[in-house]
Amino acid sequence: MTNSKLIYLDNNATTKVDEKVVEIMLPYFSQYYGNPSSMYELGGKNSRELQNSREILKEFFGAKNSKEIFFTASGTESANMAIRGVLEADKSKNHLITSKVEHPCVLNLHKQLEKEGYDVTYVGVNADGEINKEELYNAVNEKTALVSCMYANNETGVIFPVEEIAQVVKSKNKSTKVFVDAVQAAGKIKLDVKNTDIDMMGISGHKFHAPKGVGALYVNSSTLISPLIIGGHQERGKRAGTENVPSIVGMALAAQMANDALDYEITTVKRLRDKLETGLLSKIYNARLNSSAYNRVPNTTNIGFEYVEGELILLNLNDYGICASSGSACTSGSLDPSHVLKAMGVPFTALHGSIRFSLSRYTTEEEIDYTIEKMPAIIEKVTSISPFQKELKELKQRKGFN
Amino acid sequence: MWNYTETVMEHYRNPRNVGSIDDADAVGEAGSLSCGDMLKLYLKVDKNGIITDAKFQTFGCGSAVASSSILTEMVIGKHIDDAKKITNKQIAEALGGLPPEKMHCSVMGHEALEAAIADYYGLEIPVHSEEEIVCRCFDVTKSFLEDEIKNNNLKTIEDVINYTKAGGGCGRCKGKIKEILEENLKKQQETQLTKTQMIIKVNNVIEKHISAELRKDGGDIELIDVDGNKIKVKLTGRCQACNRSQITLTHFVEATLKQHINDEIEIIQV
Repeated sequence: MTNSKLIYLDNNATTKVDEKVVEIMLPYFSQYYGNPSSMYELGGKNSRELQNSREILKEFFGAKNSKEIFFTASGTESANMAIRGVLEADKSKNHLITSKVEHPCVLNLHKQLEKEGYDVTYVGVNADGEINKEELYNAVNEKTALVSCMYANNETGVIFPVEEIAQVVKSKNKSTKVFVDAVQAAGKIKLDVKNTDIDMMGISGHKFHAPKGVGALYVNSSTLISPLIIGGHQERGKRAGTENVPSIVGMALAAQMANDALDYEITTVKRLRDKLETGLLSKIYNARLNSSAYNRVPNTTNIGFEYVEGELILLNLNDYGICASSGSACTSGSLDPSHVLKAMGVPFTALHGSIRFSLSRYTTEEEIDYTIEKMPAIIEKVTSISPFQKELKELKQRKGFN
Repeated sequence: MWNYTETVMEHYRNPRNVGSIDDADAVGEAGSLSCGDMLKLYLKVDKNGIITDAKFQTFGCGSAVASSSILTEMVIGKHIDDAKKITNKQIAEALGGLPPEKMHCSVMGHEALEAAIADYYGLEIPVHSEEEIVCRCFDVTKSFLEDEIKNNNLKTIEDVINYTKAGGGCGRCKGKIKEILEENLKKQQETQLTKTQMIIKVNNVIEKHISAELRKDGGDIELIDVDGNKIKVKLTGRCQACNRSQITLTHFVEATLKQHINDEIEIIQV
C-alpha cells in the first residue's frame, strides 16, 4: 500500500532546502573554498561573503548592528551559547526562569544547570498552551540572572508575548537578561529585536529552508557573554571554529526569501492550515484541537485523536505518503508523551494520539485536500482496533456525529 | 523511524482477529490508557481446553498492534496449557524481531495472555501492594521486574526500560531499578559460576577469612569438594577433635562463606 506520493507536513521538524539556496551554496564547496581568515583573495572573498550574510541576518532579526549576530551550528548551540554564555560572564546571580514547554535544548540545559547549583523556576502554561505571565513575573527577583522563553512553541505553534515578557522582566530587575528561542518563529512571523528589551535570540537555518547544521544567535551590544567553544578568534572570539561559509551563505539567502514570503505565510499558509484543521475537526468525531485557535504561527496545528495512539496513526499516514509527527511516547524514543501537551493538561485520552501537522510555503492546496480526504478513513481504521469502543461510542453521540 | 520487519508492518497494516468476543471464556488485560498502551485479549476455549478463537483490541503503537495480532494467531488451536508456555521472546521472534525499544510490546502481549489464562482458571490476578511498585509512571512492580530481568536476561537499565517501560517515564525510579538489577545480576552470576570458579572462590574466602582464625586455635580447614552451593569440608588439627566443631562450622565457616559468596551456601562436614 506504500505510496509514491510525498506530502510533507512536518516543517516544524525540518524543511526542504530551497533549490535557490542549494544553488547559491554550491560554488563555496569546491570553487570558493578558502578560509575566511586567510590573507589571499580566495579567503578574502569568503570573508566579505560572511560579512554580507551577517548584514542580511541583522535585517532578519531586526537588529541594529551586524556585530550583534553570531553564526552557530544549530538552534541548540545558539541556546546553549546564550544561556551558558551569560551565566559564565556574570556569576553574581543564581536564579533562572524558563517555561515548562521549552524545547529540550533549553529545558534539559536548565535541568543540567540545576545540578550545577542554579535555582530554576519553571513557569506553566494554560490549557490553550499560553504562558502564565503572572507566574513568570512573580518569579523575577534580585537573584534572577536570566529568563529564557520561546517565541513560538514547536508542538502547538502557540506564540508567546516575548516583547512584553522582556519589558516586564526588565521593569522588575533591569539586570536580568532575556533569551528568546525563536527557532519556530523565524520565517513564520516577523522578528524585530531592536526597540525591545530582548537581549538574545536564537534561530536555526533548517527550519526555514536553509540546510541543517547552521544557526545564528543575536546578542545585543549591552550583553556580555563568555564563549562556549574556545579556540580561534572567529566570531569575534565568541565562537571559535572555521566558519561554515557555504551554509551561512545559504542561510542568509533563505532568511531573505523567508522575509519576502511572510505575507504569503500569514495569508495562504494560514488559510491552508485552517482548512486542514477545520476539515479534520468537522469530519472526525474523536479529533480535538490541542491549543489556542488564535495565537499561533500560521503553519502549525496540533490535533488530538482520542483513544488511539499516535505512532499507529503516523505509520498509516506514511502508507499514504503523508509525513507528520506525534507527541506520542512511542515515536519519541522516550516512553513519556509530550511534555508540552502534558503541561497544558491535555487529557490522557488524547495525549498519546496527538498529531502535529506543520505546513510551509511549499504546501499546496491539493496536498491539503488529499490529507483531508484520507485522514477520516485512517482514523476510522485505527479507532476500530481500540479497546475503548464504549467510550468512543459515547463520545460520538456527545459530539452529535452519526 | 523504527526499523520494523516486514512481518511487523504486515500485522499493523492488516491486523488479524481484531474485535471482542461477547461470550468469551477468558479475558485478559494489560497496560492502561495513561501508560500509552493497552491490550485486551479475548479467548474462546472448548471443553477439551483447546483455544478455538481469539480476538484482541489494542490501544498502542505499530509494534503493540503487531504483537497482539500475531499472539492471537499463535494461540488459536493450542491447548490452554500449551498457550501458557508462550513467552514474550516467542512473540517477538514470530514477528521476525522487534527493535530493542519496542520489546515491551511483546511483554504486554505476554502479560495479557497470562491474565487471560488466570481468568480462565478463575484465579485472582495478584494485586500488588503499594510498596512493591517500583515505577509509578507505568505501575511496574518489583516482582515483575525481577521476572523480566531473569526471563529476558536483561543486563542494563536501558534493557529494563525497553522490555518493561519501568524507568522510561520521569526516570525517578532509575536508582531503584539499578539496585534491583545489580542484585539480580549478582544472584545470576553466582548461580552461574562453574565448579572451578566456585572452588577458587571458596578457597579464597577460606584463605583470607577462615583459616587464620582457625589456626589461632591450632586447627584448620580443608576444602574437599563443591557441588553447586553444597560445600564439603574437613576440619583438621585441633578442630577435628573439638566438641564445638559443629558450631564453628555453621556459625563461623558457613556464615562467612554466605557473606562472601551467596546465601544458598550449605556446609557439609566429611
